[in-house]
Amino acid sequence: MNAEQAGQAGGFLAASVRVATPLMLAATGETITERAGIINLSIEGCMLSGALAAAMGAAWGNPWWGILAAAGAGLALAVVFASIVVGGGVDQIIAGMALTLGAVGVTGAAYRAAFGPEGVGLSLPTFPPSPVPGFADVPVIGTALFDQSVLSYLAYFTVLCGWFLLYRTRWGLALRATGESIEAARAAGVPVQTTRFAAVLVGGGLGGLAGGSLVLAQVGTFAERMTAGRGFIAIAIVALGGWHPLRVALASLFFGGTMALQFVFQAAGLSAPYQLFLMLPYLVTLFALAGFVGRLQPPSGLGKG
Amino acid sequence: MTDPRGIRTLTQGPVIVGLSLLCGAAVLGIELRFAGYDASHALVALWDGAFGSWYAVTSATLPRAVPLIVIGLGIALAFRAGALNIGAEGQFYAGAMAATFVGLRLNAWPSLLAVPALWIAGLVAGALWVSIPVLLRVRYGVVEVLSTLLLNFVAEGLVSFMVQGPLQEARGVYPQSDPIAQSARLPMLAGTRLHLGFLVALLLAFLLWIVFTRTLWGFQLRAVGASPRAARVSGRINTEAVVAATLLGSGALAGLAGALEVGGVSYALFQNLSPGYGFTAIAVALLVRLDPLLIILSGVLLGGMEAGATAMQREAAVPAVAVSVVEATIIVVVLLADRLR
Repeated sequence: MNAEQAGQAGGFLAASVRVATPLMLAATGETITERAGIINLSIEGCMLSGALAAAMGAAWGNPWWGILAAAGAGLALAVVFASIVVGGGVDQIIAGMALTLGAVGVTGAAYRAAFGPEGVGLSLPTFPPSPVPGFADVPVIGTALFDQSVLSYLAYFTVLCGWFLLYRTRWGLALRATGESIEAARAAGVPVQTTRFAAVLVGGGLGGLAGGSLVLAQVGTFAERMTAGRGFIAIAIVALGGWHPLRVALASLFFGGTMALQFVFQAAGLSAPYQLFLMLPYLVTLFALAGFVGRLQPPSGLGKG
Repeated sequence: MTDPRGIRTLTQGPVIVGLSLLCGAAVLGIELRFAGYDASHALVALWDGAFGSWYAVTSATLPRAVPLIVIGLGIALAFRAGALNIGAEGQFYAGAMAATFVGLRLNAWPSLLAVPALWIAGLVAGALWVSIPVLLRVRYGVVEVLSTLLLNFVAEGLVSFMVQGPLQEARGVYPQSDPIAQSARLPMLAGTRLHLGFLVALLLAFLLWIVFTRTLWGFQLRAVGASPRAARVSGRINTEAVVAATLLGSGALAGLAGALEVGGVSYALFQNLSPGYGFTAIAVALLVRLDPLLIILSGVLLGGMEAGATAMQREAAVPAVAVSVVEATIIVVVLLADRLR
């Protein structure tokens, strides 16, 4: 591999990590939710709400306010979802879809109201890459992983926290038990409803954060429906990562790669219809699901109760 | 996964329907007020746009009811077997693409043949589009929830590609197709924009009602939906086959809706042909407990909402997408009401 190819490879890897960051955040959150036995389709809505909140927070304050607002927006939607699903016991999938629909409506209305009809072309203060001294100098891998925005570092941290939480704490044990069997966990003294509620909130908050990172560390602006199904891809990533935070993170990087392919092609001067690159991540997700899903075990209680 | 029994025993009378609509309107009003719009002005515009005049009803509401009824019937069909088809949007576009492709080539055909040709194209394309998730489910155990959802985005990408490429109009200016042949277009009621598709929708609703209540297959459907295990164990009902068949039917209907939209409303293909019919239809089906005849009513109601949304955007500058909260509220209220019984 010559220097130019190494440069291009490095560029592709860095782009992959940047694009994977929202996926990683959302997928880690969803992993926690699903390990508690709940499948949260409203995570797409959490991401979208977080994206708009981040835009608003950054436009009227600074990027850090944006991130805070993003997490808050995701959390707010998660409270609604948790109330009707954990509290009300309704069907998780339909409820999740309904809330995502609602979020599309609310963000659409709020966006126009907040930024006016010429809102398109908004330019927001964003998070620039913040190289980690020392690590960022490692060729290829170093630039890819450690010359990113602080939100990517937050994502790594979240992955590690998720792993630690699930496998090294009592709360994580209780959470996993709840996901396997509500009755057994309850019999063992786990406060299942509170645990599930909390798991949904964590997932939703991270989903909102993911939307915020999409706006503030990748795209740089807001557009209606900009999440374009990333939340749903995150759900697939959770399954493909076997509901384990570290493998989920790897799967996120892989999918970030498929999304970043379009940049490679553009840089190489190859002309292919851009829609192909738009469709590729979804198609890859489908094929991956077909190829791997049979071998992976979800939490036994997923989707029930 | 979805509990089919839970869906099937949605027992809400007109009270719950009314309640959910009221809640929906309330939530919309709150959303608008919160966002700083003139809520009352907007809601009045919404109503006027939907049912405020004869013209509104015949030319704005009923044409929008057509895809909602047809797709809603498909969703009810699949839900009754416990299968979740949230890919109706993508299947709609598949049908629209096929209908456009066929419709552009039928100039020499008589209407009697051209119009049904479009419908067949829609049915086949929709069924083909959903057959991918069906295959993934049957062969690889991939839950249709994710696969149908993801394919929505693929379909939209395909439409985008088509209208900027192979199907783009001859002058190559706008991302849309040329208008389809005159003979393939659906006749309209004079003085209105109400097209034949409405009759098709009514007929389909009636047909499905007969299937559900009067045929052996309808019984099998109810058995599978009520208790997949019991149906399988009885040995007489091949549950996987029933689920697959309903999903295919569901996709075919969504595809037909796309063909009806192209043949009766737009006469061409372009992006965003659907303002989310595939998702609104879920509310259409759930609101009336999957009852095929009542779906006609909920389809008209929510068609009115869509029509009103367009009017609201025109009159009060509120983005039409804001009404999604109404659908969401309806679904949530219906779900909660079911739990309370």
